[in-house]
Amino acid sequence: MSIKHALLALLSEGPKYGLQLRQEFEAGTGEVWPLNVGQVYTTLQRLERDGLIESVDDADDGPQKGFRITAQGEEGLDQWLHTPPDLSQPPRDELVIKVLIALRVPRVDVSEVIQSHRRYLVELMQQWTRLKEDEANFDLSFALVVDAELFRIDSVVRWLDAADGRLKRAEFDKSFSGATGSQSAPGLPKMRRRVGVPR
Amino acid sequence: MSFLELHDVSKIYGEGPSQVHALEHINLQVEAGSLVAVMGPSGSGKSTLLTIAGSLEDPSRGDVMIGGLALSHMSRDDKARLRRRSIGFVFQDFNLLPGLTAAENVSLPLELDGLRAGKAHATALQVLDELGLADRAAAFPDELSGGERQRVSIARAVVGERRLLLADEPSGALDSTNGEAVMRMVRAACRQGVAAVVVTHDAQLASWADRVMFIRDGHMVDQTTQPMGPESLVARATQ
Repeated sequence: MSIKHALLALLSEGPKYGLQLRQEFEAGTGEVWPLNVGQVYTTLQRLERDGLIESVDDADDGPQKGFRITAQGEEGLDQWLHTPPDLSQPPRDELVIKVLIALRVPRVDVSEVIQSHRRYLVELMQQWTRLKEDEANFDLSFALVVDAELFRIDSVVRWLDAADGRLKRAEFDKSFSGATGSQSAPGLPKMRRRVGVPR
Repeated sequence: MSFLELHDVSKIYGEGPSQVHALEHINLQVEAGSLVAVMGPSGSGKSTLLTIAGSLEDPSRGDVMIGGLALSHMSRDDKARLRRRSIGFVFQDFNLLPGLTAAENVSLPLELDGLRAGKAHATALQVLDELGLADRAAAFPDELSGGERQRVSIARAVVGERRLLLADEPSGALDSTNGEAVMRMVRAACRQGVAAVVVTHDAQLASWADRVMFIRDGHMVDQTTQPMGPESLVARATQ
């Protein structure tokens, strides 16, 4: 989460005080990302040092000190907004690793492992979805945060479903062909090389 | 008290070596006012479960009770009457009659149940209005968007004195915004005391339910526990 750019975005609406920035930041993120005053002021000082914002009134250094965004700040914000985050490197996903390791433990039913994770994730989604029900307290920023969480968790559930299906097919193919080949997890080192997972 | 109960229900299709066990030893209770989702992949038996719960098909073994009445003791006509009066069905492909307007589609089950056409029409308009479709009442299904069609099919499913709503992938063909609108309607029906079962492969849709049952190869393999309140998420996020 870039506090720096979130503050620049708030200042792009017009000059604001430090305390006001903190309140608007929290409201704008559905109040799920709390920010302490120290973080706000440290960030504002750095932004001012880098010429991305400037003080409105030099006389007051307290919570009522106002700031405005500079042309350089506007340019930096615009550039950041349009630059996609680096998602090219697959993360070290703990859940993926657990399922891969489960494949190698003979006494473990991988489907059961998958199901226990699926149940937990669906329970988590039920909690997020409950937040949607209270439409009166559901502003746009918060709705976007909740949607993002639901889609993120949903993508993990979908992966578990796909993994479950893939394992069943592999089991079926194995019993159908009567193959007695190696028991090692199929293609793991090869796949790692192909997708470039960091070692 | 449970409005819908399935006790040790199994369903077997075919005979001998070609037998298919679509459902095995299923137990399910759905209380009035609650929404249960049955989640599973294609071919897991969830649609069969829905047709048996809705009395459209008989189980090979086990009992189904709706509103305290055992379906096994009912005649074909009794079951048809029960479906018309108490059960609403929602399907992924809407199943609206193309030659009837939205209002006529909604009023049809009431008329089939003997209500006068004028009264049935007025009731249909009221339900459509509650679902934000008052201005689409005179439109034919092919003049409605996918989301509107599904909302009309929900209106048809909850009109009258329906106590049980059975939905098969009700938002399957819709985008997430329309899918959410559909699930809000199902929840609203539950708040009015309707017992609802939604079968789906979609976790986002299932997450609207009070309880999620997981079905695999005809077996109920797991279910969610009562979810914690949403405030726990916010508390966790702000720690």
